[in-house]
Amino acid sequence: MTNHWIDLKNSDVILVMGSNAAANHPISMKWVMKAKDNGGKLICVDPRYTQTAARADYYAPLRSGTDIAFLGGMINYMLQKDKYFKDYVVNYTNAPFIVGDKYEFTDGLFAGYDPKKRSYDKALWGLKKDAKGMPEKDTTLQNPRCVLQLLKKHYSRYTPEKVSEITGTPIPDLMKVYEIYSETAVKDKVGTIMYAMGWTQHTVGVQNIRAMSMIQLLCGNMGMAGGGVNAMRGESNVQGSTDQALLFHILPGYLGAPAASLATFAKFNEVRTPKTADPMSANWWQNFPKYSTSLLKSFFGDTATAENEFGYAWLPKLDDGQNCSWLNLFDTMYNGKIKGFFAWGQNPACSGANANKVRKALAKLDWLVNVNIFDNETGSFWKGPGMKPKEIKTEVFMLPCAASIEKEGSISNSGRWAQWRYKAANPPGDAKPDGDIMYELMEKIRELYKKDGGKFPTPILNLKWDYATDHVFDAHKVAKQINGYFLKDITLKDPTGKDLPFKKGDLVPSFAFLQADGSTSCGNWIYCGSYTGKGNMMARRTKNDPTGLGLFAEWSWCWPVNRRVLYNRASTDLNGQPWDPKRAIVKWDGKAWVGDVPDGPWPPPANKEKGKHPFIMKPDGVASIYGPGLNDGPFPEHYEPLECPVPQNAMSKQFINPTIKIFAGEMDKHFTCDPRFPFVCTTYRVTEHWQTGIMTRWQSWLIEAQPQVFVEMSEELAQMRGIKNGDMVKVTSPRGEVDCVAMVTTRFRPFKLGNLVVHQVGMPWCFGWITPKDGGESSNLLTPNVGDPNTMIPESKAFMVNVTKAKGGA
Amino acid sequence: MAEGKSILVDTSRCTACRGCQIACKQWNGLQGTHTKQAGSYENPGDLSDQTYKIVRFAEGKNGDGKPYWYFFSESCRHCLSPGCMAVAEKDEIVVDEKTGAVLYTPATKDLDFKETLKGCPYNIPRQNPTTKVLSKCTMCFDRITNDLIPACAKSCPTGAIQFGERDAILAAAKKRVEELKKTFPKAAALDADEVRLIYIVTDDPKKYWKYAAAK
Repeated sequence: MTNHWIDLKNSDVILVMGSNAAANHPISMKWVMKAKDNGGKLICVDPRYTQTAARADYYAPLRSGTDIAFLGGMINYMLQKDKYFKDYVVNYTNAPFIVGDKYEFTDGLFAGYDPKKRSYDKALWGLKKDAKGMPEKDTTLQNPRCVLQLLKKHYSRYTPEKVSEITGTPIPDLMKVYEIYSETAVKDKVGTIMYAMGWTQHTVGVQNIRAMSMIQLLCGNMGMAGGGVNAMRGESNVQGSTDQALLFHILPGYLGAPAASLATFAKFNEVRTPKTADPMSANWWQNFPKYSTSLLKSFFGDTATAENEFGYAWLPKLDDGQNCSWLNLFDTMYNGKIKGFFAWGQNPACSGANANKVRKALAKLDWLVNVNIFDNETGSFWKGPGMKPKEIKTEVFMLPCAASIEKEGSISNSGRWAQWRYKAANPPGDAKPDGDIMYELMEKIRELYKKDGGKFPTPILNLKWDYATDHVFDAHKVAKQINGYFLKDITLKDPTGKDLPFKKGDLVPSFAFLQADGSTSCGNWIYCGSYTGKGNMMARRTKNDPTGLGLFAEWSWCWPVNRRVLYNRASTDLNGQPWDPKRAIVKWDGKAWVGDVPDGPWPPPANKEKGKHPFIMKPDGVASIYGPGLNDGPFPEHYEPLECPVPQNAMSKQFINPTIKIFAGEMDKHFTCDPRFPFVCTTYRVTEHWQTGIMTRWQSWLIEAQPQVFVEMSEELAQMRGIKNGDMVKVTSPRGEVDCVAMVTTRFRPFKLGNLVVHQVGMPWCFGWITPKDGGESSNLLTPNVGDPNTMIPESKAFMVNVTKAKGGA
Repeated sequence: MAEGKSILVDTSRCTACRGCQIACKQWNGLQGTHTKQAGSYENPGDLSDQTYKIVRFAEGKNGDGKPYWYFFSESCRHCLSPGCMAVAEKDEIVVDEKTGAVLYTPATKDLDFKETLKGCPYNIPRQNPTTKVLSKCTMCFDRITNDLIPACAKSCPTGAIQFGERDAILAAAKKRVEELKKTFPKAAALDADEVRLIYIVTDDPKKYWKYAAAK
């Protein structure tokens, strides 16, 4: 989130789209209700009338997979009616920038598309720069090649009629949502978006988010209390896991992972460090080498020196262009190319798209280690339905681990707040905390490398691995290393010029003090400041809130540098005075910023010598309405999901996202607009079960409340298929089938797409064969293994199925 | 009748998270029974000796053709004049003087269950099939007499369930109904003068649950 949970209460309009927050982030509704108590409005846009819709002031339906059409229509509405915050857009976004001559867009394709490679040459999308390298701009926003005019032209195609034909949303509903939301395009009204997998799990997932970010920029809602772009993460600590680089393409702190062709540390740093010609752009990523060097020092300690490039050669490198994301990983596993697999705190046999392929892939492994609190469909894949245990050679280990309350450590929530948790109970039996398991495994691995050698022992043996106290894993030691240390005595200066002496072994108080010369170590620059000489900042629990905006600056610690609202200097005008004095998150008092930790201590942009633009992480210092860095285009464009119910894309000749990877193996079947699979299907969570349900399906009160897998469908579809509420039905897709109970409901309505009537159904994905015996299977047996071209997140939210009454009755 | 405690259940704030239903089970050490998916989020199907609170789900279509989905976190009303006591003779059922909580003692095993149930306009009392003891929501008597609030109120994330002094709860109910009436002309507090557990609804109570209001 750019903002945080409590900040939701400050909103005038909350749009929940791509999420059923009431069901799946229930505590968020505490703050949503407070916003409503203060006169705020809740809008819910969802294919299904959900628990969130039940609390909304306005609900509008839309077909799964058409969010860009919906949002593009809103952009068109706002631009046609001049309902955008001009001062903000001109000064804080790239709306006035001139786009280079080579950029163009025709009938669904941007310039530079190579159909053989299924990718774009993004160089053709570059902005126009002058001789000094400064972006050319037109602050009157009239130049036909400026971003705003190209934006207007692009979305002029998203008329209410066209949008309604694609989304199935009745035009009056579209207009009402656009009307209510665009009320926030003025300086004293603010709107926010709460979204989740309903937006991300699509082949256009990233562009869904882009579209809303652009709307937030047009409205001037970024950096404001009650505004921002707020992703609701799906696990209590997934934010922490992405921060610490669980994903293949990054190193901790979102440093892009190195590919093999970046053969030297110098080259790696050069490529990763953006440059700017604008002296008023803070271009904070210019500090990249300080963070990468400090990271290497945290990995390899004293063995990392300037002479050996701080151990850069010991870091694993990706092959150029290699993508190890989930779908590729399981495809590689299915093809027998992966020997061993740690399924650590996850259940891929039920969570993976196209789960039949995942289950078969597990059977190709030599060994599998299932680290979890209970047995699950992954650890026991070999005795699951359709498996022949005698033919499976995979050796499976179960390492029982501690539950979250049976160990100490921080959990980073969606709002970036890293809240330290204490241990409340001992884990049962032989179960150990994950940290203990990792620590002990690595100790053993190092011992074996020392004794027996191996292919490349150096990185393993050079690893700094002193995270135990009395031979037991110590989370505090890890937390402190993540924060970082000074490795030699050094005197630095604070922002006022005063001397700040530090001693070797002192904890670094802020990433502003990290060095590129190897004199500091830091396991994750964005967490620098979380555990300092003042103590464990994440464990603080003081409830002071002087602004009344819910910042609670002394309750735990958030990254970066405890800044609660990102880009908060954009909430003020060029003189640093709040656009909305009623909700002033920061304010320039002539000498310094007062309020939240400012997003840069520099003076406001009116000060041409010392001032900086507010979007400090962007090379140009302004936010991107035009975004030439993504793989599928600088402007979001509606494409149909890989499997969809219509014969063509009503918006252009380009049917699907032209840059997605399409797997073509025997397990990768997909059919679009096929009469055998006539209904749109989506998947979602429920309050009573957690993700695939492996923790909650064993719990009797929860399984009592939510006992068996079901498919929600409209009364019209049920009548068409002779299905009554409560009947057993079969849902099939090209990839699998699930027997389930029909939930016939008024809350799904058929969609009118022009002359077509299209039905949609939905299923929870919290069930699996292991328990309860009559609970049913995972709906991921149905979902397609196709992903977004930027993130490869699977398109679990829009695909095609058939639904038929089960033979033999209920 | 403004003495003792009351509970406000504001359905306009409820998201049907089932926190109340589960917290009640957890605090009272009740069993999860075996259920089937019958085509609704509502489960189990009824109150029982193991279920003192159920979130009822009701859906339909409004006049404009748009769907509605109403949530009703059902439990004992703790009536000021409990109808279930009509057949009691010997303090099998007691009303706590201080709080007003209506409590079933083990002696309820000697009561005529059918008659007891008939006396309740809300269809609340249930019987353990083995011991014959009657059971229902206890207003978390053990919690509220120890400076704690009922488990359901504690778990509710949106403040839909509020526990407090009866006069404060009645005032809050009145204020909330006035506010809601601006958008929902049918907003009402149900049987507020007769019960301690007061529901606020925004539509005809029968659309929520057949026993939502006493006739």
